[in-house]
Amino acid sequence: MVEDRRPLSPHIQIYRPQLTSVLSFTHRVTGVALSAGSLLIVAWLVAGAAGPTAYHGVLSLMRSPIGLLLLFGWTFSISFHLCNGIRHLFWDAVRGFELRTIYASGWTVVATSLVLTVGLWVAGFLFAAKL
Amino acid sequence: MREIHIQSALARARGLGSAKSGSRHWWLQRVSALALAPLSVWFVISFAALLSADHRSYSEWIGSPLNAVLMILLVIVLFYHMSLGLQVVAEDYLHTDWTKLFAIIAIQFGSLVLAIASIVSILRMLT
Repeated sequence: MVEDRRPLSPHIQIYRPQLTSVLSFTHRVTGVALSAGSLLIVAWLVAGAAGPTAYHGVLSLMRSPIGLLLLFGWTFSISFHLCNGIRHLFWDAVRGFELRTIYASGWTVVATSLVLTVGLWVAGFLFAAKL
Repeated sequence: MREIHIQSALARARGLGSAKSGSRHWWLQRVSALALAPLSVWFVISFAALLSADHRSYSEWIGSPLNAVLMILLVIVLFYHMSLGLQVVAEDYLHTDWTKLFAIIAIQFGSLVLAIASIVSILRMLT
């Protein structure tokens, strides 16, 4: 195959991971994960329109251990993808390209998305306990 | 909507530009991201609050015109942004022309089906 003879860039294993490349990769991974998560939104809406039985089926799937684990992963994914997406929009406006700024905004994204993830779950549990 | 131009004015006047779609895909991904930022915040908060709701209060919430409009907007922008993003992933990692082509078509058909299924469901619950 012609494709196999195309030049390759050096293999990813020989690079020392840097914050910049790790966050870039994480942005893509969380985007793909959120695409899978969008199926849950569709299920939630379709089941809601179908009636109480289907709706409660989807709810109990979400409240199962695997469901909660997936929801936790999607909470982190949406938090990270949103924060890092805003970082990308600043770059698109040609702002924040100095190396120091790139690292500062990168660590800000990491911290903010972790705080948002934990915060949303704490708020969720407090809200559920009040009901 | 004002389109952004990456080419110089001279290059544009000469008509020598990208033979394909130029910066259009890139631009629409940014515009949809901008729309999705506030909509996704609204959705995550609403979704979390509704997780313990029974079917009646869920239907009341989604049946109200404001929530239905926002939800339809979210679904349209979400699946549009998703298909643009997944297309780039397919373009980067699939190196055979026909698998790339079929993957992109599948992504676009799939996103459209999911968006329409969501919108029809939301409309059915309008009170």
